Amino acid sequence: MSKPESFETLATYKSRSLPLIDEAKEHGSKVAGLFCVYAPTELMYAAGIIPVGLCGKNQTPIPAAERDLPANLCPLIKSSYGYGITDSCPFFAASDFIVGETTCDGKKKMYELLNRIKPVHLMHLPYTQKDEASLSFWTEELHRLAAFLEKKSGHVITEEHLLQEIHLHNQVRKQLLRITTTGQAPVPPLSALDMLSVTETKSFVVDMQEYLGKITLLADDLETMVASQKPDSRATGPRILYTGCPTGKGSEKVLRILEECGALVPVQEHCSSLKDFAALVDESDPDPYHALAKRYLSTPCSCMTPNTGRLDLISQLIADYAIDGVVDLTWQCCHTYNVESFSLREHVEQNHGLPFLHIETDYSQSDTEQLRTRIEAFLEMLG
Amino acid sequence: MIAGIDIGSRSIEAVVLEGDTVVFSKKIPTTFDPLKQCRELFLEINVPHVVATGYGRNLLAESGLHPDVQTVTEIQAYALGAKAIHPEVRTILDIGGQDTKAISLFANGKTAKFEMNDRCAAGTGKFLEFMATALQIPIEEFGDFALQGTRCPVINSMCTVFAETEAVSLMARGESPANIALGLHQAIVNRTKSMLIRVGVEYPLVFAGGVARNKCVVNQLKTLLDGDIIIPENPDLVGARGAAEWGRKKLNV
Repeated sequence: MSKPESFETLATYKSRSLPLIDEAKEHGSKVAGLFCVYAPTELMYAAGIIPVGLCGKNQTPIPAAERDLPANLCPLIKSSYGYGITDSCPFFAASDFIVGETTCDGKKKMYELLNRIKPVHLMHLPYTQKDEASLSFWTEELHRLAAFLEKKSGHVITEEHLLQEIHLHNQVRKQLLRITTTGQAPVPPLSALDMLSVTETKSFVVDMQEYLGKITLLADDLETMVASQKPDSRATGPRILYTGCPTGKGSEKVLRILEECGALVPVQEHCSSLKDFAALVDESDPDPYHALAKRYLSTPCSCMTPNTGRLDLISQLIADYAIDGVVDLTWQCCHTYNVESFSLREHVEQNHGLPFLHIETDYSQSDTEQLRTRIEAFLEMLG
Repeated sequence: MIAGIDIGSRSIEAVVLEGDTVVFSKKIPTTFDPLKQCRELFLEINVPHVVATGYGRNLLAESGLHPDVQTVTEIQAYALGAKAIHPEVRTILDIGGQDTKAISLFANGKTAKFEMNDRCAAGTGKFLEFMATALQIPIEEFGDFALQGTRCPVINSMCTVFAETEAVSLMARGESPANIALGLHQAIVNRTKSMLIRVGVEYPLVFAGGVARNKCVVNQLKTLLDGDIIIPENPDLVGARGAAEWGRKKLNV
C-alpha cells in the first residue's frame, strides 16, 4: 500500500520544525523542554512559549550519562540526561528552560542534576487521581506553572487565550484519534512504526493551527484508504496491542521486531501515542485550570496508584482493535511499569482470555536475537 | 524423511525422522563457525526438508546450505519434541548452554505460557561450566562431584561472576569444594524453580537440554518439586526432534 503525501509531510515534520523554532526564538519566543505528557502544553502556547519534547529515546548519549548516573537506572532517564550534558540534541539546545514532573524517583532526582545545566521548573504530581485533595493540589501546580511561564515569557496568560488553546488542542487530539482509529481497519493503512512517526510529531509543533491542518489532511487520506479497501480484505498476522513504557523513534526495537516477525500492531498505548491524546479537556468547565488539571491528572500512567484507567483503556482497545495478544514493554529499572505488569497480565489473561507477553529490556541492541526468539514464540502461540 | 537441526550456543543436534521413527541423530559442538559444522552435518544427512531451531536457526535458513530450510522457535520445538517423547507432558524445562526455558502446555499440547532468561546466561549450562572450571572439575563429572557434598552452603548470586566471588569466599572460610559445588547446583535449581512457578507447573514435567544429564541438578529438582519428572534418554536431542516433528506435521510427511 502506498503512503499518502500527507504522511510524508508528517514523517519529516520533526526535522523541519527545528528551523521554525530558531526563527521563533529570533522573534523573542521562549522554548520549554518537556519530558512528559503530564505537562499541560495549553498553558505554554497561551503564554507564547513553544514546548518541545526532550525525552531521551536513544542509546547514543547513555555512556556519557553513566559518568554521573548509576548504570542500573532506566534508559529513558539516562538518555535524557546524556543528551543534556553532551549538548548533542538540538531541541535541548533550543530550550530556554525545562518543565519536569515528579513522575518517578529516578527522574525527580535527575532533574536536580539537569538544573545545573538549564533552569528546571518541577511540577509536583500527586500519585493518585481520584480524590479532591489531589485534584486541587494539581490545579495549584498548574497555577504555579502559569506564573512561572508568564515570568519567563513576559506574556500574561489571558483566559481568552487559554480557552482558545484548549479548544485547539482538543481539535488536534480528535484528529490524532481519527488517525489512530484507522488501525481498527482489517488492513491498517499505516504500519506501527509509521504510526509512531506520526503521533510523535505532536511534541515538536511550533504553529498548532497549521499542524491541525496537516493531521486533518492525513486523517482524511487514511480514512479514504480504509474506505476503498475491498470488503473481504484482511491483513495477515496476529493483531498485537503494544503497551507500556514511553516508546519513540530510537527506542522502537520491540515494535520493530514485532513487525519483522509478522505481527500486526494496529494500536499502541504509551506516551507517544494514546496516553497523550486519548482524553479531551472539558471545554464546558467554567474554570479552565480545573478542567486542564482534571484532564492531565487522568493520564493513565503507572506512576499513579491505583492506575485502573490503564486497564480500562486496554480493555477498550482490545475490543475496538480486535486484538489477539498483548505485549507489555518495560524499560529496565522502571519499577512502576514493571510491577504493574503483573496486574495487567492478570487483567488481560483472565478478563479477556488473551495471551500476554511482558518484555523488560533497555535501549541497546544486545538482546535483539533473544527478544526475536521470545516474540516469535509468542506469535507462534497465537497462530 | 525430514531433519530437525537445533543450533544452540554450545552444541548442534540433528535428528532425522522417517515417519515417527528417529533414524539418525547426532550431536556436535557449535564452535565459532556453526555453518561449517552444518555443512559437515549435511555430508551425513541427505534429506529433502530441514527444519532449523535454536539461536542459529535463521543463520542456517539464510545460508543456502540446503534448498529447503524452515525455522521454528526453540519454544515450539521443545514443546513438540517433549510431546513426541512423552505424549502426556504438561510442563517442559530446558536448561541449555546459554538459556533456560520453562514452558507449560495446555492438555491439548498447545503452548500455554513460557518463560526464558533474557540476555544474561546466569543459571544456565554456561554457569555450571564456568563454576566447574573454577573448581577444576571436568564438566561431565561436576554433578557427581557435587553429590559428594555433605552440606549445602547458600549461594545467593545468580550472576556467574558474583557467584564465583561467593564461592571464593566460601573456600576462604574452609568450605570443601564438593559442598561449594552442591551450593552452586542448588542456586541453579532454585532459580529454575521460580521460573517454573511463573509458568505454572503441571506434571508430568519433561526435563530436557544438556543440563538434564547432570545428576545433581536432577536430584535437587526432584527434591524441590513434588511431581513426576521425566528425563528423556537423550535430553539434548529434544529440540531437534521437535523441529523435525513440526516439519512432519506441516509438510505431512
